[in-house]
Amino acid sequence: MSSTDRAVEAHGLVKTFGSHRAVDGVDLSVRTGSVYGVLGPNGAGKTTTIRMLATLLRPDAGSATIFGHDVGREPFVVRQLIGVTGQYASVDETLSATENLQLFCRLNGLHGAAARRRSNDLLEEFDLTEAATRPLKNFSGGMRRRLDLAASLIAQPPLLFLDEPTTGLDPRTRAQMWATIRRLVATGSTVLLTTQYLEEADQLADRIAVIDHGRVVAEGTGDELKASVGAQSLQLTLVDADDVTAASRTVEQVLGTSPVASPEARRLTVPVDDATRVTDVLTALRAAAIDLAGLSLDKPTLDEVFLALTGSPTDTDVTGTDDAGDVPAGDVPAAGSRTETRIETRTKTHPETRSDTMEVSA
Amino acid sequence: MSTRTLDPTRPTIVPGAQRTLRNRVTPGQTVRDSLAMARRGLIKVRRTPEQLFDVTLQPIIFTVMFTFLFGGAVAGDVASYLPIVIPGILVQTVITTSVVTGVQLREDMDKGVFDRFKSLPIARIAPLAGALLADVLRYLIATTITITMGLVMGWRPGGGFVGVALAGLLVVVCAWSISWIFAFFGVIARSASSVQGISFMVLFPLTFLSNAFVSVDTLPSWLQGFVNVNPVSHLVTAVRELAGSGTLTHEVGIALLGSAVIVAVFAPLAVRAYMRKA
Repeated sequence: MSSTDRAVEAHGLVKTFGSHRAVDGVDLSVRTGSVYGVLGPNGAGKTTTIRMLATLLRPDAGSATIFGHDVGREPFVVRQLIGVTGQYASVDETLSATENLQLFCRLNGLHGAAARRRSNDLLEEFDLTEAATRPLKNFSGGMRRRLDLAASLIAQPPLLFLDEPTTGLDPRTRAQMWATIRRLVATGSTVLLTTQYLEEADQLADRIAVIDHGRVVAEGTGDELKASVGAQSLQLTLVDADDVTAASRTVEQVLGTSPVASPEARRLTVPVDDATRVTDVLTALRAAAIDLAGLSLDKPTLDEVFLALTGSPTDTDVTGTDDAGDVPAGDVPAAGSRTETRIETRTKTHPETRSDTMEVSA
Repeated sequence: MSTRTLDPTRPTIVPGAQRTLRNRVTPGQTVRDSLAMARRGLIKVRRTPEQLFDVTLQPIIFTVMFTFLFGGAVAGDVASYLPIVIPGILVQTVITTSVVTGVQLREDMDKGVFDRFKSLPIARIAPLAGALLADVLRYLIATTITITMGLVMGWRPGGGFVGVALAGLLVVVCAWSISWIFAFFGVIARSASSVQGISFMVLFPLTFLSNAFVSVDTLPSWLQGFVNVNPVSHLVTAVRELAGSGTLTHEVGIALLGSAVIVAVFAPLAVRAYMRKA
């Protein structure tokens, strides 16, 4: 594999702050033109990793190349290839949106009319034209992020680092940011983004690295990660709630595992290792004259993957992991402000809202 | 560089492997980047004009205070003290103003925008040089007000407009050079208040242990030794000669040489410290 089809290639990156190993041997390989998600809780080492890749921080050990250029030996070349949008908007608070963009245009070698044109284009593209001359201190969080991203795009860098691009944004603004990121990828950008939101990584990223305590604990596509956790789970909804006991017995006879029953919902849930066994279950149920209202076969959610891989719910900056609400998986996690953000740790999602759910009407 | 707009319907990003890239900054780009950063500094001043309180009020207060306080004691009367003290206060005030450069740089560097500056392919010195260049405006204001105050109080410099203008220019150039010392402190210090602390510890001996306010031969001989090598003394003498009689002497050369040495030593130190600071 040649180095040019790899936007990012990192081996054994280490960064120590005092006695704390913030990043402890991270390997990453990002294909050009893809979206790569680095998923992990606060303090997992995501930001430190990005800062090392973006030449903002010197690694204590290991090496990294951006499109084949070493971040340590050719930092100036690397900086011509990347755009960085930080966790907290890195724009100048005392300047207006226009002044910010024009400053960064000049620093990117655009002057005079070219700088003005590019700034105006970006303001329009990111829906900031109306607020262009207002002081930044009156900007909402979403507007700041958009301006920040616009500033990163002036030089049209082939690689973009987005450090938690949607942390602290409300669901609507988050959805807009997702759309923007997808549009960028369509123009040929490679994106490396970090996130604490499992849903975000699942939605946007082609490949995901799960990082915890400075180490990559798993890497693969969203589907691969889910598959690595093993069993899919079968949900059966009965027509008649009185059948629950009989149905449970039948399912246990076929699969050898007793299902979890929720009589109110007339629903049974049972893990299955082999999806083809579902046919056996259905046949046995028909033989027992138990009618089904519906069934679904779900892959495990990334939340379950995360729990399985790190052995614990994300332990920092997460509130209410135990009473995680009933948010449909297709929606973004509720996040009006930083303190409200949370990572969904439900063990089950609504089958009807999951795109990768196989649903059969009985 | 491409100036095409982002068109979401077709790929516009030039692949990384197909770009022509440089691994060094040209001197021309260094100047352009520094000027772009200086422009940012000037916009900031326009947004927060209260930053200019010190450079407008301090020259007025110092000029009046020192002239009436020491005039009688040092020179017999205020009028004959003016030719001595106005160049001294000019130098002292403008150099004091340059301390703020370091303090503001420290505050500025704590902001997220400096992360972006570091991630851009720009001259490493530009964010510092730009901030320092923008502060030239402060020195110009302080210089103008001090000279104006002197004229109001009866100072009649023999060097005429050209002599006084050259003297003012010399002070601005030297203050800018000295500001690199404080910029260095600004980069290495942890907080803005500690920058102020260290800087004034350097500044007070440098400006007061000079010939700015008193004649050197009134000092004990051990102190004369220091005062005579102090670059500030040479700057004050050069300013007195330029403003007082319009003469260019070797003192101007010494002042400029001293300034060049300070920049040569502290600019690389400051930039290196700035690059290390993550």
